[in-house]
Amino acid sequence: MTVIKETDVTAPEFDEGEVISRGRLVWRRFRRRRLAVAGIGVIALLFLMAFVGPHLVKWSYTDQDLVHGLEGPSMRHWFGTTQLGQDVFAQTMRGLQKSLVIGLLTAFFSTGTAAVVGSCAGYFGGWVDRILMWIVDLLLVLPSFLIIAILSPRFRGKTWLLFVILLAAFSWMITARIVRGLTLSLREREFVQAARFTGVPSRKIIFRHLLPNMSSFLIIDATLNVGGAILAETGLSYFGFGVQTPDVSLGTLIADGQASFLTYPWLFLFAASILVIAVLSVNVVGDGLRDALDPNSTAVRARTRTK
Amino acid sequence: MSVELPAETPIDRFAAPTPGAVLEVRNLLVSFPSESGTVTAVRGLSYALAPGEVLGIVGESGSGKSVSSLAVMGLLPSTTRISGSVLFRGRELLGLADKEFSELRGEGISMVFQDPLSALTPVYTVGDQIAEAVRIHRDVGRDEAARKAVELLDLVGIPNAKERVRGFPHEFSGGMRQRVMIAMAIANDPDVIIADEPTTALDVTVQAQILEVLKTAQQATGAAIVMITHDLGIIAGFADRVVVMYAGRPVETGTVDDIFYRPRMPYTLGLLGSLPRLDRAERQPLTPVEGSPPSLVDLPPGCPFAPRCPMRLSVCLELEPDLDPTRHPGHRAACHRHPEIEEQGLTATDVFPAPVAGEPPVARRPRLERSAVLEVDGLVRRFPLTRGAVFRRTVGTVHAVDGISFDIREGETLGLVGESGCGKTTTINEILSLVKPQDGRIAVLGRETNKIDRAGRRDVRRDLSVVFQDPMASLDPRLPVADILGEPLRTYGVRKEQRMTRVRELLRLVGLGPEHAARYPAEFSGGQRQRICIARALALEPKLIVLDEPVSALDVSIRAGVINLLEQLREKLSLSYLFVAHDLSVVRHIANRVAVMYLGRIAEIGDVDKVFDAPAHPYTQALLSAIPLPDPHRERERRRIVLQGDLPSPADPPSGCRFRTRCPLFATLPGDRAQRCIDEEPAVTSQGPDHGAACHYAQVKTVL
Repeated sequence: MTVIKETDVTAPEFDEGEVISRGRLVWRRFRRRRLAVAGIGVIALLFLMAFVGPHLVKWSYTDQDLVHGLEGPSMRHWFGTTQLGQDVFAQTMRGLQKSLVIGLLTAFFSTGTAAVVGSCAGYFGGWVDRILMWIVDLLLVLPSFLIIAILSPRFRGKTWLLFVILLAAFSWMITARIVRGLTLSLREREFVQAARFTGVPSRKIIFRHLLPNMSSFLIIDATLNVGGAILAETGLSYFGFGVQTPDVSLGTLIADGQASFLTYPWLFLFAASILVIAVLSVNVVGDGLRDALDPNSTAVRARTRTK
Repeated sequence: MSVELPAETPIDRFAAPTPGAVLEVRNLLVSFPSESGTVTAVRGLSYALAPGEVLGIVGESGSGKSVSSLAVMGLLPSTTRISGSVLFRGRELLGLADKEFSELRGEGISMVFQDPLSALTPVYTVGDQIAEAVRIHRDVGRDEAARKAVELLDLVGIPNAKERVRGFPHEFSGGMRQRVMIAMAIANDPDVIIADEPTTALDVTVQAQILEVLKTAQQATGAAIVMITHDLGIIAGFADRVVVMYAGRPVETGTVDDIFYRPRMPYTLGLLGSLPRLDRAERQPLTPVEGSPPSLVDLPPGCPFAPRCPMRLSVCLELEPDLDPTRHPGHRAACHRHPEIEEQGLTATDVFPAPVAGEPPVARRPRLERSAVLEVDGLVRRFPLTRGAVFRRTVGTVHAVDGISFDIREGETLGLVGESGCGKTTTINEILSLVKPQDGRIAVLGRETNKIDRAGRRDVRRDLSVVFQDPMASLDPRLPVADILGEPLRTYGVRKEQRMTRVRELLRLVGLGPEHAARYPAEFSGGQRQRICIARALALEPKLIVLDEPVSALDVSIRAGVINLLEQLREKLSLSYLFVAHDLSVVRHIANRVAVMYLGRIAEIGDVDKVFDAPAHPYTQALLSAIPLPDPHRERERRRIVLQGDLPSPADPPSGCRFRTRCPLFATLPGDRAQRCIDEEPAVTSQGPDHGAACHYAQVKTVL
């Protein structure tokens, strides 16, 4: 019987089909969304502008060129000047810098808080869950805009980081609820059970197993939060509750320039259009990420073509 | 895109149809676009179905068996490319407009799906849905259709059909829903019924009921049935002819006897050899088919089974074999070496290496002299049923586990079996969580969970580990294998270098290579993933492993390899297993003792051979008789004990003996004796050495 069992070939390399790593697959799906790729490009460009731009001109945002007050865009002042002779380009870049940094930090803090609070509430359940969700509900019914407006004058002169913390404190709740929901289903998954039954401590289960497994959601949420935070910051600064003079942000620039919108449009137009472009591209990227990370999304698949 | 035709003489599309065939499929090719390229799911399937015939199509997941039937029904999405020919009563179906197809579906060909819940619309009563099926094809009035619906429900064995016709799908159990589906399928006397894994989602006793119903339905309508399944046992008892599919192609076709007694293709041989047998006491070797089915994107030339075949020649890698006739008329096999297999009468064990593992050394001592690794005594677990969101009030109690006792000695495997809802999972969760039970006692390695503190619990966890059912869900998809295996070690403070050594050791132990450590779970096949789960369970050198249905999520050909591995590890490492399963054949193969659970209680417990060969509890008898054997002759001779109805709700168990509502013995008892079953809950009483049954009128009955 042994004769027939012999084979005259060695085992061929086991072919289980091409294994594509998740990262590459996501990138491939993301790339198909032209708009989202363009969004990333625009965001990168804005950052570049915000941080390199001020070094290209000799004016700082506080400098006054008194001879050339309230002039339109020219070679000397690319975006024109204000009544006080300040360079609008330098101011817009400074404002963009502030808005972008505030937007990023706020999104980071808000999503981070949401992830920790939501996963703890979902994982531990019981009293922890009840207390944390009670806090969430409470914060949700508080009028955040009003509270920040009341509090911010007290922080006048202090660091703008406090402003970031305030913004973040009022924007994490809904995400936390979603994270809690995701945790509730994830914690019943067998790999979490397996970790629990081998005696892995809860803290490690949350940070090693739960949060990484919802990372796609968290990434999307953080991205979309950036847009939201920039808008919130601009809104508050517009009403004078956010970034305080002499510092500028896109919101204060828009507020200052709006009065002369029809007569001296350059005071207003540049800051406003950069705001719209920034928020739009962040949202487009967020949408693209969501479609790329969500395997059930049809928006991408509809364009799939066979090789 | 072009589909390359398989290397076989293409059947002429325009040739005359086979006389007498009600459905004929010729050279069917189905492909669809996917993320990684074109998937060719079916590559040249041909069969002819005679009226009233039952054709079984067997294959593992991804073999193209379901896709081919959806293609016949015209139910594939529009992006699919289909070629070949499907003739229904001589009429070409491919290329038919959807409207014309709709006239045919239900009337000429109908289908029974795997998942009866999603196949029924939740917002209409089942009666309306059946009546709708009737009215689409027949010009009958509303009342007439409703009457027909009741008649059909009656035919498929739904009690009180007149009342139940007004029920909504969610009010029916899985088995009952599947009956409704069958009623809809036969509503218009179709000529062909395609049943796609109709019993896979159901418990074995319900499966037996549904197969009976399908037979009844077939007799009532005279329809031919295409039975698609991965379960060779069902095929053996149900089908007349069989098509075995692999990687989108038929690899062997013939009568059911040809396939089961004279398999000529190594894949079929391996598949049959990998099935543990319920009716064999001696431990027969299982033949694992190593590897996994190929990806259907850019399939390499040659026989698709060649990479897994121990008999491959160089020609197998170059040329895909045709489906050639063998010596038996009507029996065809796609293998270059089938004449050799035929001449030398090769069996599965000749072709595939089949290791037989022995017992661990400790198991040679008499059972009662060995120490107990797990003792469960009178364990109770109830869940309150609450209602209301703000003011929670308890409206009932689910008796998930209601006083069960068993023990496991060193080096022993106890099989815990029962249908879904019997309390198996609750039992192991209670054991694994190591907390004080609501009532009763659990002791792991002699340490009682009642008295254990935090540090003690941590110690016990080292000696007790678990392998879950679904190998995909039990591995964190975000961690590489090295981290997954290292996690238990890290938890108990093993240093990094030692950890890496141990990880490599573990991978080798379960038959994987150290090079696998850097990969992610998604890069492995189901069988390999389950091996990783086993390796993780072994990481801390435990004494007892709880195996929760470790092979039921795997494909048939992969199962044998994992079962063999578990047996080898048990011998090598002197492990004890608590093996939870609903598949009694696997339990018979691996376990030394078995406990049969029904509705939170143990119905029968004892030595595996005693319980299986001489079952004393009517439930065990019914359970054993419901399991189809992969042996056509024996299947034809067997008489099934078909249980009536479904499992009662554990929130409201019957008084006295819990099984009495479905018990065939209870139904035959005279009134005074039956009263005892209603009043008194039977305890487990001895039926001989190491054999106990919880029945007042226990009586041994051989059912295998």
